[in-house]
Amino acid sequence: MASVTIRDVRKAFGAVEIIHGVSIDIADGEFVILVGPSGCGKSTLLRMIAGLENITSGEIAIGDRVVNNVPPKERDIAMVFQNYALYPHMTVAENMAFSMKLRGADKAEMAARVEKAAKILGLTHLLDRYPRQLSGGQRQRVAMGRAIVRDPQVFLFDEPLSNLDAKLRVQMRTEIKELHQRLKTTTVYVTHDQIEAMTMADKIVVMHDGIVEQMGAPLDLYDRPDNLFVAGFIGSPAMNFVKGHIDGQGFAAEGGFTLPVGSAPAASAGRPVVYGLRPEHIRIDAQGIPAEVIVVEPTGSETQVVLRTGGQEMIAVFRERLSARPGETIPIVPTLANAHLFDAETGRRLNA
Amino acid sequence: MSDAAISAPMPRVFERSWAQRMTDRNMLGFWFMLPAAAFLILFLVYPLGLGIWLSFTDARIGRGGVFVGLENYEWILGDSKFQLAVFNTLFYTFVASVLKFAIGLYLAILLNNHLPFKAFIRAIILVPFIVPTVLSAIAFWWIFDPQFSVLSWGLRKWGLISGNIDFLGDPWNARLSVIFANVWRGVPFIAITLLAGLQTVSPSLYEAATLDGASKWQMFRHVTYPILTPIIAVVMTFSVLFTFTDFQLIKVLTNGGPAGTTELMATMSYNTAILGGRIGEGAAISTAMIPFLLGAIMISWFGLQRRKWQQGSDNND
Repeated sequence: MASVTIRDVRKAFGAVEIIHGVSIDIADGEFVILVGPSGCGKSTLLRMIAGLENITSGEIAIGDRVVNNVPPKERDIAMVFQNYALYPHMTVAENMAFSMKLRGADKAEMAARVEKAAKILGLTHLLDRYPRQLSGGQRQRVAMGRAIVRDPQVFLFDEPLSNLDAKLRVQMRTEIKELHQRLKTTTVYVTHDQIEAMTMADKIVVMHDGIVEQMGAPLDLYDRPDNLFVAGFIGSPAMNFVKGHIDGQGFAAEGGFTLPVGSAPAASAGRPVVYGLRPEHIRIDAQGIPAEVIVVEPTGSETQVVLRTGGQEMIAVFRERLSARPGETIPIVPTLANAHLFDAETGRRLNA
Repeated sequence: MSDAAISAPMPRVFERSWAQRMTDRNMLGFWFMLPAAAFLILFLVYPLGLGIWLSFTDARIGRGGVFVGLENYEWILGDSKFQLAVFNTLFYTFVASVLKFAIGLYLAILLNNHLPFKAFIRAIILVPFIVPTVLSAIAFWWIFDPQFSVLSWGLRKWGLISGNIDFLGDPWNARLSVIFANVWRGVPFIAITLLAGLQTVSPSLYEAATLDGASKWQMFRHVTYPILTPIIAVVMTFSVLFTFTDFQLIKVLTNGGPAGTTELMATMSYNTAILGGRIGEGAAISTAMIPFLLGAIMISWFGLQRRKWQQGSDNND
């Protein structure tokens, strides 16, 4: 096991730079998730850690060793691919043992390690099958087995769950997290799914257009996003953004209504500001501003409501059951402590 | 309604059965198959049957011939010229096929890399395959000419040899020369087909193998080659069949000479039956090729049987 240090790493394909100086510290045993929309450079960064892409500038170290010029096989890492990349002509056992076979490991050791990994993943009865004969979830597990068998310093996962159906994805999420808690191997995991990131990570790194927007513990990112991008990316349903400006001690929205603000920095007065409010931080209060109900979506445990006020649409989530019908008007207020203010031009967070 | 049914029952019965005949899956399948089957019977089954029949007769040009049993076969089996032709054919097929496979696979792997002008190079590779065989045979005839050979000329200019090489006049030179021409012609087919196979291999398999610590050779040996085997089996079967039955190249280049050392079974059959007029004997020679060809097909058929790893999820045990 080892830490991974990424220092001001850049990647250019020809003249086009797609990663613009990324620095991330990954502690020994940490589960770090790189998350971002497609094209943000997260997979490229992972492939650079693996050694499948070379590093244009900057430094990547695994443990104390800078690996910029170390070939992939000597980096002591194992990777799980999005399409699993299982060798179709080898059985499950042969797939898992392939790296050891190439090293010339002895048969007894190979069998023992395959056996152990298969046991961890519940693959023992499938060892003689070929990948074609397995279901998606089983293939996924074999791909992880191939990584576990190598007992590497670092596990790399490249969108491993995106080829699975929704139910299996939730199940595998738990399995991967459990596996990490058991093996405690440093893990770097790439996904575009913020739910995966929130539920599994020790630390989330949100990437966008080749830079790191913010990194930190999942709930820190959720509670205190540094900028508009992170605020909009993390959380589902997404945070509501209301355009307007700071006016005295309140927030004057474009639609003509006013929302209360906790601690607005004085400097922002008069400038265009975005007021961010998560759906669950909207309450019904008789003193609130009137909002028209557009759509009501009950899920049983909660009720999601699309509202419109002053020409701006918002989504609210209520824990209690709601009797409101589309077309009706309900009075709403924000939970003041959970309101976020962002500069509309720079996207930066304004309130503390 | 009922009146009409009573007064005209026949057309309705006919109509129904016709409609049934046209919608029944088996009948419909038969109708769709018929044109192709007729074509195959007329141009493949009939000539093949006729050839086999003629090999049991003493037919000559202009004379029908009578059934003589296995006489023709007894005669050709004892004929040293026929034995030589069988040896030549096997040697020609084996050496040319091995060379074509090796060079074709190598080219395919080269072309599978990212090269500048990739599409252009791939198109160029196909040229020997596109040129009509007789034309390329005539070109090789000049290249191998005892006096005007460009190869001899080049080697002489470089000072590597002092006199012209007699490419087609010396038995082994002639054998190797015709093999060279056949390889030149046959490589593109194999290279392009194998290239198509290589491109179906997912790049992530190579990445996985890289991380597993495979060298270039190990990657080829343990990943590329096993995944490619089904395509190799198909393409090599075709290659062996085409090479074994080769006629045009030999006919133009050496016509079997010198002294029968490049005579293949196909050219010998033609020379015996059409030029020599001994149709029964010639038919026996070409019929004698059938067991060899069947053998080649059987080998690939067993090699081709779907391997377990290619079977789908329907086959779970």
